Parts: sequence; C-alpha cells; structure tokens
Amino acid sequence: MAGCSGALSALDPAGPRAANLATLWWVMLIGATLLFALVMVLLLLAYTRSDWISRVTPGQWIIGGGLMLPVPILVLLTGTALVLGEQLLPHGEAPVRVEGEARQWAWTFRYPGTAMPPTETLHIPAGQPVDIVVTARDVIHSLWVPRLGGKIDAIPGHPNVIRLEADEAGIYWGQCAEYCGEGHDGMQFRVEAHDPAAFAALMEGGNP
Amino acid sequence: MSQSDLSPIRLHRALNDIWGTPPGLGRLSSVNHTVLGRRFMVVALIFFAIGGLLSMLIRAQLATPNSAFVGPEIYNQIFTMHGTVMMFLFAIPMFEGFAIYILPKMLGARDMAFPRLTAYGFWCYLFGGSILIIAMLMGVAPNGGWFMYTPLSSRPYTPGINADVWLLGITFVEISAVTAAVELFVTILKVRAPGMSLIRMPLFAWYMLVTSGMMIVGFPPLILGSILLELERAFGLPFFDPTRGGDPLLWQHLFWLFGHPEVYIIFLPAAGALSTIIPVFAQRPILGFRAIIAAIVAMGFLSFGLWVHHMFTVGIPHLALAFFSAASALVAIPTAIQIFAWIGTLASGRPRWDIPMLYVAGFFVVFVIGGLTGVMLAMVPFNTQAHDSYFVVAHLHYVLVGGFVFPMLAAIYHWMPHISGRQSLYRLSVPAFWFIMVGFNLTFFLMHLTGLMGMPRRISTYPSNWGWDWLNLLSSVGSFILTMGFALVLADIVMQFRFGRPFRRDPWHAGTLEWAIPTPPTNYSFAALPRIDAPGDQLAPRLIGPQLAGGRGYLGFPRDGQMETLGVDMVTGEAEQLIVLPQSSFLPLWTGLATGSIFVALLFGFYWLAPLGALLTVVLFLLWTVKLGRKHDSGPVDIGMGEQAPRDVECPGNVTVLANRTAVVMDAILFSSLLFGGLFLLVVAPNWDGLAPLDLPLWLLALALMASTAGAGFSWLARRANASGLLIGSAVAQVLAVVVLAVLMAWVPEPTGHARQATMFALLAYATIHTALGALMSSYGIWRVQQGFVSTRRNTELVLAWLWNGYAAAALVPALGLVLMLALAGDGA
Ligand code: HEM
Ligand SMILES: [Cu+2]
Ligand SMILES: [Cu+2]
Repeated sequence: MAGCSGALSALDPAGPRAANLATLWWVMLIGATLLFALVMVLLLLAYTRSDWISRVTPGQWIIGGGLMLPVPILVLLTGTALVLGEQLLPHGEAPVRVEGEARQWAWTFRYPGTAMPPTETLHIPAGQPVDIVVTARDVIHSLWVPRLGGKIDAIPGHPNVIRLEADEAGIYWGQCAEYCGEGHDGMQFRVEAHDPAAFAALMEGGNP
Repeated sequence: MSQSDLSPIRLHRALNDIWGTPPGLGRLSSVNHTVLGRRFMVVALIFFAIGGLLSMLIRAQLATPNSAFVGPEIYNQIFTMHGTVMMFLFAIPMFEGFAIYILPKMLGARDMAFPRLTAYGFWCYLFGGSILIIAMLMGVAPNGGWFMYTPLSSRPYTPGINADVWLLGITFVEISAVTAAVELFVTILKVRAPGMSLIRMPLFAWYMLVTSGMMIVGFPPLILGSILLELERAFGLPFFDPTRGGDPLLWQHLFWLFGHPEVYIIFLPAAGALSTIIPVFAQRPILGFRAIIAAIVAMGFLSFGLWVHHMFTVGIPHLALAFFSAASALVAIPTAIQIFAWIGTLASGRPRWDIPMLYVAGFFVVFVIGGLTGVMLAMVPFNTQAHDSYFVVAHLHYVLVGGFVFPMLAAIYHWMPHISGRQSLYRLSVPAFWFIMVGFNLTFFLMHLTGLMGMPRRISTYPSNWGWDWLNLLSSVGSFILTMGFALVLADIVMQFRFGRPFRRDPWHAGTLEWAIPTPPTNYSFAALPRIDAPGDQLAPRLIGPQLAGGRGYLGFPRDGQMETLGVDMVTGEAEQLIVLPQSSFLPLWTGLATGSIFVALLFGFYWLAPLGALLTVVLFLLWTVKLGRKHDSGPVDIGMGEQAPRDVECPGNVTVLANRTAVVMDAILFSSLLFGGLFLLVVAPNWDGLAPLDLPLWLLALALMASTAGAGFSWLARRANASGLLIGSAVAQVLAVVVLAVLMAWVPEPTGHARQATMFALLAYATIHTALGALMSSYGIWRVQQGFVSTRRNTELVLAWLWNGYAAAALVPALGLVLMLALAGDGA
C-alpha cells in the first residue's frame, strides 16, 4: 500500500512481528467492511420496504442478527488474536536484551553485559528478536517502533518487556506514545539495526 | 372529591398557582423538573459550544506541520479541556437534563422524587463547570489529559494549580451526577402513574434505570481516585507515588473502572432516545422489547468487566488480557441485538421520513463504524499498534459522536416541539444534517489512517517527514465543515422558537405520555395522573390528553396548596402512597454555594476553611428538612378514581428511605474501591520491601468497633421498639467511636512517608467520617422526635438512623481489618 508507507507507519512493516500485526489489521478491515456493508444494505432494504425483509420475524432479527451473526465472528477473531498475541509474547530469553529507560523527554538505552556505553539511539541486530526492558524514571512514557512491533508502556516502578525484530539492517524510528508532558511531541528516537556481525563488533568495541 | 368538580381552565389556574415558579430573581429558587431539565440542557449545550471551539483550535493547530499557532503548554491545556468539557460538562449533564425533563412526563408523574436535589445538582454542575472555564481563561487549565495519569498529574510534574482545578472542579460536578443517579433511580422505581407496572414502563425508562444503576456503581471509583490524588497533591499522602510505595497503575484502574462504564453511561440514554423515536417513525411498536431489556441489562453488567482494555499496554499478564479482550468483544453482542431490533422495527413497520430519522440514519452509519473499530481495538495484538494513536481518536469520536451526538440531534428535532410548542420549518434542517455528516466523516474517517501511519494522540505539532500532512489538512477542513453544520442546527433551533408553527398536541403520533400534556409544558405537567393499562410506549396521548386536562384521573384536584404526585409499588405499579413534594426554595442554591466554598478553599490552599464550608453545608442540608413531614397521622387520603392511599410519611417504603438505601450502596462502592486500592498497593506496588511492621494499639481498634457496634445496636432497638430515647445511646456511642478513631488517625506514624501509612490513614478517615455520620443521623432523629415529626407510623427518621449507624458499624470491620493487615505488612520481607 503505497499511500500508507512512512517511517512511522504500522502499515509499512519491516519485521515479522509488525508484519503479523499489519496482516491482522487488513483481515479485520475486510471483515469490518463486509459487516458494515451488510448492516447498511439491511437498513436500506428496511426503508425501501422490500417484501422479503418485512417478512423477517422478530425472533429472526434478534437471534440471527444479535447472536448468530456476531458470535462466530467474535469467537474466531478473539481466538486468532489470542494465539497471535501468545506468539508475539517475549517467551524465554531473546539472545539480545537491551534496557530502555525513559525520562522527560528522551530515551537512554543500555546494553548490559557488553562494552557498549549507554546510547540515545537504539542499536539492535537485524534478523533476530530483541527484548527491550522498558522502565521510566519520572512519569509514564511508552515505547513504540511501529515498523518493528507494537508498543509497551514505560512505567516507573514496573519494568516491562517488549520484543522487536527487524528483517534487515537499516534505520527505523520510534517515538513516545504515552502523553508525558510538554516535550511529548518531540520524544522520538532512532533505531539502528545492524547485520549480526556488525552488531557483535559494536557491542565488543563499544563504539557506536 | 374523587373527580375534579372544576372546569379544565379553573383546574389549570389552581394547579398553576401551586406549582408555579416565582418571577424575577425568584426563578433561582425553582425546583421544577421542566425548568431544571431545560437549564441543564442549555448549560450543557453552552459547554458543547466551548468544547467545540477548543476542538477548532486543535484542528487549526494540527492543520499544517510545524505549526506555530500555539505551543505545547497551551495545546496541552486545550486538548485536556476539550476532552474534559465534552465528557463531564457536556455529555453527562446533557442526558441528565434530558432525563430530568422527559422522564417524569413519560412515567406519568408531576415531578421527580426530590425536586430540591435536582436544583442542588444543577448548581453543583454550574459552579463546578465554571471553575474549570474560569481557570482556562486565566491560563491555568488542567493539562494532564482527560484521564489525568499519575505521576504526570502529581505534584512534582504538575506543580501548578492546573491538576487541582481538574480534580476539585470535576469532583464538584460529579456531585450532580451522584444526585442525579440516586434521583433517577428512585423516581423510575417509585414515582409513576398507577397501573404502570415495571414491564409496562416505556423503554426509555428502562434504559435510564440501567443507566442510573451504572452511575451508582461507576462514579464512586472516580470520586475516590480524585480524592486520593488530591490528598497526595495537597498533603503528600503517597497513594500513587512509586518511590514511596504508591502505584501509578492504581490510578489507571480506578479511573477506568469509572471511565469505561462511563462510555456506556453516555450511550445508553442516547440509545433509549433511539428506541423511543424509531417506533414512532416506523409506525409500529418496537420489536424485541424484552430482548432489548435483557441486552441493556447485560450491557450494564458487562461494561464493568472491560476497563482493562484501556490498559492493554501497561504490562498485564497475557492471560488476564485475554479475559478482558474476550469480555470486550462480548459486549458487541448486546449492541448487535439493539441494532438489529431497530432495523427490524423499521423493516416490519411503515417507515416515514422526517428530520429525526435523518439523524437516526446518520447514527447507524457512524456508530456501526465506531463499534467495528472498537472490536478491532479489543484485540490485544492490534491494540499494541493502535493504542494512543489517532486511530483511537477516530474510534472514540465515532462512538461518542455516533452514539451520543447523532441520537441527541435526533432527540432535539423530535422533542424540541415539546419544549417550544412549535414545529420546525425545516429550511435549514436538511443542509445542516449533510454538513454534519460529511464534515464528521471527513474529519474522523481519515484519522484511522493517520493513526496507523504512526501519529500519536496528544501531540501539539509534527514534522513534515512522516507523511501525515495531507491527512491532517483534510481532517481540519472536515472539522470546519462539521462546525458549520452545528452552527446551522443552532440557527434552525432559534428559527423554530421564533417562527415555528404552533400545534395542538402530539405532532408525531407518538406513543408515550409526555405528549399527553399541553405543550409547551405546564409547570404541573399533568392536571390529573392517568391510569395506565397498556405498555407505556403504546399509549394514545391524543385521546388521554384531553381527559387528563379535564381532571379525569388521579389527583385531578388541588389540595391544601400542596404539590402532590403518586408513589407506586415498584413492580406492580399500583398506587401506594401520596407523595407531597417541597415547594420552590433558595436552599438548594445556598447549599450549592456552601458546597462550592469547600472546593474553592481547597483549590486555593485555605485548608482550614474547608471544614467550615463542610459544616455550613451540613447545617444547610439539615435546614432542608425543617418543613418536611407532618406532625400528626392522617391515615389514607383520597387520591381520585375512588382510591385512597396513605401519605408518604406514613408509608414504610417511601422514597426517602429508598434514596438513602441507594446512597448507602453508592457509599459502599466507594469504600470497596478504597479497600481494593489498599489491597492493590499491598500486593502489586513497588517499594514495599523492607517495611517494619507497626505496633498497632489493638485495644483502640477493639474499642472503636465495640462503640460503633453499640451505636448501631441502639439505633436498631430504637427502630424496633419505636423507642426514640434509645437514639441518645446510639449518638453517644458513635461519638465515642469517632473520638477513638480520631486518636488512631493521629497515631498513624508519618502518613506521608509511605503508601502503607497513607492507606491506613485514609481507611481510618473513612471510618471516622461514617461513625460521625451515624452520630449525626441519630441526633437528627432525636431532634425530629422532639419536634413531633415521629410517630409509630411516621418513623422514617428511625429507619434512617438505623441504616446509617448500621452501615458505619459494618464498614468498620473491613476497614479495621485492612488497617491491621497493613500494619503487619513487611513482617516477612
Ligand atoms: C465537534 C467536533 C469535534 C472535533 C473536531 C474533535 C476533535 C478532537 C481531536 C482532534 C482530538 C485529539 C486531540 C489530541 O489528541 O491532541 C480530540 C480529543 C478528544 N475528544 Fe474530540 N472532537 C470533537 C467532538 C467531541 C465530542 C462530541 C466528544 C465527546 C462527547 C469529544 C471527546 C473527546 C475526548 C474525550 C478526547 C480525548 C482528549 C484527551 O486526549 O485527553 N470530542 N477531539
Ligand atoms: Cu514520553
Ligand atoms: Cu510521551
């Protein structure tokens, strides 16, 4: 979708997780469009008083429209979303674990167990999942890199983990998604995905 | 004198004299539901205009990238005020006013159960709302967003007065929601025309019954949260401060425990209006009456199980998320039932077009889209992308504008003739609709995409490189078209009042009782109350109206210059009591002002003044009762139609008792929220390790409990044996409990040091206030006995004394239990 691309666009995924989420969106969009069309057609028929529709009984309206239509759709959708959500969870330990700390109004990323000093840019290896442990020093913020995955809140006192993944090396963008005061609109950060070898070298050399 | 011997004109004059509001400044003393309902709606619409103006500023700012129109300091106030005004000062008061205006008339009653409380609620709303607007004009409006997340809204990060304005102003306004909830609930259950059994109530009354029930459960968590946050801001009690054992997530839970049901609280009255309007224009009764009732009751319950879907990204275990996700999806079912019942009603009726139906059609389009995006957002994985982005801004406006503004516009066009006595000319109505429809969708449909392309909500500006420019520009253009539409509606309304065509009665051939009274309505509404023997939305107002005007019905005669209406059995709807309503009075205004003084004192930090304001408020409330009641028994009296009923003061199940029971339930829910908060902090909050257990003086706890239990016991005996002297024992015992609890409060070491002590302090404060309330109610009972208002039959005061004393003692058990648990916390760690 050309019109939907952009450095912060969730519809322009650059990793398997974001791609899954985008697919979920497109599927839901198609389903929602069909349902919307159905309701509108019924409404139109009701007004033009088509013969067929005036013979539908109250029971059929309530049971058919209120139960038989939504229940299977909801069960299917919620089930799928549950499974997908389960897959996206940070199960086990990802090979790379980064700590992200938010404050008003910037991010600091740390790379424990490496020689890398803290950075304002998030460095990750491409082609493999990365866990980011997110906390905040002052108020609540939220870490969101739309092209690599969803978002997670950075809450003082409650460390959270989010798993991101980029297919290819390159520059991506993240931003704060939870309103955090006057600097909220400027709280973007760069994400640099490196080839695994380059990433390893970076972590050892500690020279971003 | 069972039937009126007066001609319709003389009956009108006689009733008019009794029910009239004095002219001039005397209008401020009005307690009439027609007057107050209108006032509520007018003020709500003014706030809607203010909120709309703010949204224009938002769209002007965001129309282009790198906008220099306003900076973030101002922008943050603008969007916070826009959301706050729209939710708290427009939507809720608007439907309250609408219900206050229309419900008694639909139920066949002459007024609400507590007219002075309606007036008091109105003043609280007006004054509280004004505090917010004045603060905005002075540039110190709240700026924490309409859900005021902590720690951002806590003292260190919002040092100014801004957050206090929100917490205090909104709590002040919420008093009107609380009074409206109790009053609507009691009125619907008890104050109807004879013969209108529960199942014969018009659907709108059912909707409002569920709504008021939800308000009773939904508002206390917010009020509690606001009190706790204000305590933290003003006195440093750290309920939400993670560095001292508080938890910002507690605020989110408390807020959304209110905030999610709130959305349904706004939607249900609007849906009730739709369920009333659609059958009128489909020219057939609503389809699936009982299914709809089941659906809205289900919705009421379900809506309290969804709040976590506003918190999907705060890091809650996935299994819990799955539960709330499924529950959120589930709520689509009762919604679908209603949608299809409405379409089915149209399909099997003989639908005709008129302006209200135009907006009903608009409702279907907009609300269905909002519902579908709601289901999408309920899916956790998708939510992690869309949350807090413009996708949510789009969704919430589709739901709120589709589910509230469109139905309210339909309702305005449907019921405006009732208020004005004139029918619309329709020159502007159709173009206005199209401006609104096109403008709205242009503005908000695109925002779904803006959000998915990564634009977060609540940003004051954005650079040009993210690809959002054209979307935002089009949204801004749309919003100005939308505004023109609203301006046209306003002009249309003014035109209708000025030039509309007068009509005699019931222009739509409606089926509900409000059309059986003269329009514009008389101040007494019904010259006589009808006997209902058919479903309440399938009546024939055109036939009933003239009979009632002639006094043929219940109470079709003036008596002793008193304002009378009937109370019925909740279920069967048979006449049960004669309710005598209080006359117009300035007391609600004075009491509202006194209440306001508490909030203003707190706002400006004159903390010592606040208790004085509270005392003044209590004294004024006591004055309300001076003229209530009777000093001798009179037994059953004539109510017309050959029937008799006792007066309310002699009826054990009178509205005062029911209202107090409802208030106790509300109070208990507030208390449960506090208990929940305490347990939540104990279990979840950070920085609780390494606390030393406190050495609580257990004997004081035991003493407080014993004293309060004795107080309750005495009040119970007083009621049992109708021996009012025992109330003295009750009052004395409760005062002892108050003293002991106050000592305990003073004992709590360093309440500002850690959330544990702060919570203990709050629990003890709650207990102290309620034992004091018990003492107050007993003393009040003694006073009323001395005045001669109490007898074996007239024993309301004794019932109330037992109710509040019993509650105080009962609440003490969990309160002190949790205090003990908290004191022991840290034992093992
Ligand atoms: C009259 C047309 C309206 C327009 C053009 C409009 C526009 C907007 C915009 C652009 C925002 C996002 C601001 C931001 O995140 O920076 C917003 C937020 C909001 N709007 Fe509206 N709105 C309108 C009507 C309403 C109505 C009728 C309601 C409720 C009944 C409402 C309730 C809200 C709420 C609750 C927010 C969230 C505020 C916050 O984030 O704290 N709006 N509106
Ligand atoms: Cu932030
Ligand atoms: Cu932010």
